[in-house]
Amino acid sequence: MFAFIIRRIAQAIFVMLVISLIGFAIKNKIGDPVRDMVGERVTPQERAQIRQKLGLNDPFISQYIRFVDHAVHGDLGLSFFYKKPALDVIIEKAPATMEMVIGAGLLIILISLPLGIYTSLKPRTFFSRFVMGFSTLGVSVPVFLTAIMLIYIFGVQLHWLPSYGRGKTVDVFGNGWWMSGFFTADGLKHLILPCISLASIELPLFIRLIRSEMMEVLETDYIKYAWAKGLSPMRIWLVHAFKNTLLPVITVFGVQIGIMFAFTILTETVFQWQGMGYMFLEAVERSDTSLLIAYLVVVGSVFVIVNTVVDIIYGFINPTIRIAGR
Amino acid sequence: MSHLLEVKDLEVKFALRSGDLTAINGVSFTLDKGEKLGLVGESGAGKSVTGFAIINLISKPGFISGGKILFNGEDISSMNDSKMRNIRGDRISMIFQDPMMTLNPVFTIGTQMIETLQAHRQISKAHAKEIALEKLKKVYIPSPEKRLSQYPHEFSGGMRQRIIIAISLLTDPAIIIADEPTTALDVTIQAEIMDLLRELCDSEEMGLILITHDLAVVSEVTEKIAVMYAGRIIESGATNDIVNDPRHPYTAGLIRALPGGVLKPGEKLHQIPGMMPTLTDIPPGCAFNPRCLIKNGICESELPGLLDNGHGRMIACHMRN
Amino acid sequence: MKRSIKRFKDSYLFYSFKNDKTAMASFFLLACFIILSITAPVVAPYNPYNAKNIDIMNSELPPMWLDGGSSTFILGTDNMGRDLLSTMIYGLRISVVIGICAVALQAFIGIMMGLTAGYVGGKVDTVLMRIADIQFSFPYLMVAIFISAIFQVMFGVGSFEKLAVPLLVIIIGLSEWPVYARTIRAAVMGEKNKEYVEAARVIGLSRPVIMFRHILPNTLTSVMVISTIQVANAVMSEAALSFLGLGMPVTMPSLGSLIREGFEYIFSGSWWITIFPGIFLILFVLVVNLLGDWLRDVLNPKLYKG
Repeated sequence: MFAFIIRRIAQAIFVMLVISLIGFAIKNKIGDPVRDMVGERVTPQERAQIRQKLGLNDPFISQYIRFVDHAVHGDLGLSFFYKKPALDVIIEKAPATMEMVIGAGLLIILISLPLGIYTSLKPRTFFSRFVMGFSTLGVSVPVFLTAIMLIYIFGVQLHWLPSYGRGKTVDVFGNGWWMSGFFTADGLKHLILPCISLASIELPLFIRLIRSEMMEVLETDYIKYAWAKGLSPMRIWLVHAFKNTLLPVITVFGVQIGIMFAFTILTETVFQWQGMGYMFLEAVERSDTSLLIAYLVVVGSVFVIVNTVVDIIYGFINPTIRIAGR
Repeated sequence: MSHLLEVKDLEVKFALRSGDLTAINGVSFTLDKGEKLGLVGESGAGKSVTGFAIINLISKPGFISGGKILFNGEDISSMNDSKMRNIRGDRISMIFQDPMMTLNPVFTIGTQMIETLQAHRQISKAHAKEIALEKLKKVYIPSPEKRLSQYPHEFSGGMRQRIIIAISLLTDPAIIIADEPTTALDVTIQAEIMDLLRELCDSEEMGLILITHDLAVVSEVTEKIAVMYAGRIIESGATNDIVNDPRHPYTAGLIRALPGGVLKPGEKLHQIPGMMPTLTDIPPGCAFNPRCLIKNGICESELPGLLDNGHGRMIACHMRN
Repeated sequence: MKRSIKRFKDSYLFYSFKNDKTAMASFFLLACFIILSITAPVVAPYNPYNAKNIDIMNSELPPMWLDGGSSTFILGTDNMGRDLLSTMIYGLRISVVIGICAVALQAFIGIMMGLTAGYVGGKVDTVLMRIADIQFSFPYLMVAIFISAIFQVMFGVGSFEKLAVPLLVIIIGLSEWPVYARTIRAAVMGEKNKEYVEAARVIGLSRPVIMFRHILPNTLTSVMVISTIQVANAVMSEAALSFLGLGMPVTMPSLGSLIREGFEYIFSGSWWITIFPGIFLILFVLVVNLLGDWLRDVLNPKLYKG
């Protein structure tokens, strides 16, 4: 087990280095750190001086090492537009995105588990068929369309829910960092449509996954044996079958959280949500390379960490890995 | 005289889109307390289905279409599921073929044993644990306390099957149905497990229905045999009688086909020509007739009944009765 | 040729197709879509790229059946005065072209990599699959968005517009090849140990010949199954990129770009600019997905549902 953890962490570090290398290479080629620091109106001599001072004429490798060194200490360069360290900008915007992702994640768990289990146990009922049909439809609708249509129906036509922004937020830690929409009624109302939109990408996938895993598990010999032992149906379905189903689903959940982050770019655009995704698009428009690369490194690291953590958790829960080793 | 278990004219069908297929076509046998019955036949003859039918656990689309299963005089074939659950796993336990596939890999042995007890008895976890330990000792598993918190994959095949046997003993059942209990195990372990089963059935006075294709195993363990072919019993009687003097041509073929039986060194293995028909291709008349060496005209048109030959033997053959 | 047709007609594939109404309806609709996109110049009432056709005074006209609409613009006009129906048809054409070409590229790269990794094995396999794994751990959309963004920053939006279609094909093609690589690799590893491969080796055929002419055809069922889903994904990726402004430019809009344009107008009442292209896009992707589901059920014996 220990060896397994070490190996996973080593793998993770390797991938993060690759990401940082790619990020740095791009930044090196197209970024303009001089402009980032002092703007456009500089004479060529001053520019050359500054380049020398910043070590921009050094060989690639030493620049890269410096980059990694800075990154590990939390310095990912300066945002040209915000005139602040890029990492600070990202951290500032992160809570907004996280709240959307957490909300969507909760929705997914609350909806896909019961529906997935139900459609696997009673696949021929009208309700099950309806759910499966709806999920095929759901897979075919891109997230931004779902968002737009939700806004149109609930915002423009029915005026039930707000169409953009985060609404009133509350300072959770008292230091101005995490402005949360979870604790105000207005904030919650603003969270509903974005979370539903984001969840809609993953819901069909999870319902189908849970259903098919469950159906496969229900056909196994050990479930048949459980019936032969005379256990109650509830115990067989919700304890035996469920635990075996849950294990592979957990790893998928981890990966999908990463994917949801990618889709926040789309959702935040539609809802004018001031999170990391929105920030990314603005950075593209403004050619703010440092911020773009910082985003890549941060988000990339988040993926890698989440995947690694999920794998390790899976290793703990699945006794065949935990005890026999891999 | 009332038997512990009486299966009367059991019929099992499979409901397919193209119509109903008969898998078990009128099977009858009895089992008394402490008696050991061997249900023998090739793969596909219907022995496992019969075993599952007794505890009403046939996989869909199979269903019991006729006949009665009397357990202590009560017909359990048409019992509703919640009442059946008092019998399944409690009064009648079942052992499956492959112990690795039978135990849930993500739960400990202890959990899987305790849950069985708690499903059938109103007892505390501690008490259940005691009983579990007792049964583990009965199947000769060393250091049972440690074992309870271990997982199935930590045991060898033979140990796993012992654990399954222990689980089947938890509720002190009246009957154990063992479906090919040793097929997935090494030959040396097979003998151990069969010895264990026989010993336990004798000491606890449990009935045993041993479902297998292995004649050698059956002849060691059981007191009576029923031979199945294409969904029916074609011969039944005392084990020793049948093994030494098989009357039905199929049974005779099976016995003759055993290596080491009647063969002299250098002789070729005897085979029964042809194959047992699948459910969809059962020929009219006696199902065995295409492969039978002693058949006659009537064998191709009329189904032979399972008749007593007067000496405690039941045979379904026009030519032997 | 006649024999092939007869064999097809007798095949299980065709039989289950005829019996499955959803599959037939989807196929019919898909055929309509494809014909529509091929014959766009003929079928569409106007050519939306021709500046002479567009009059800004015509902008935001509602569809024909609402007040203010007219039969000259059946589904209304967009914010630049283009006929919505024509622009949608041309947009569909672009989406289909990009979708199919991108998938072809993905399949090509993926099959090459997967075939090599699966057959050659060893270090080659490990290296190739590491690359695939690293890329796989990133959601494809992220990769596509990023490449697109970098490109725009590097070369400016203007030059992007001229090269939009091939660029999008490359971007989407590059972002999802690992799916193909993994699938093919698994299939190849399954085939590798079969006897016909050993026979081919014994005869003395070279590695590439064995890989391409013997093993590859037997892995094609898995390719077919994932291809339909990949086309649907590619079309949605392109729509997403265009929606973000990182895809097709406003002058040559795809369905995604149209949705982007029309988005602000749903608040001011001109809902058709977004909704019609949206429905069109959903229908197309849905039909592809349904066919893909059917294909997967038919071709995969493991999923026989009794």
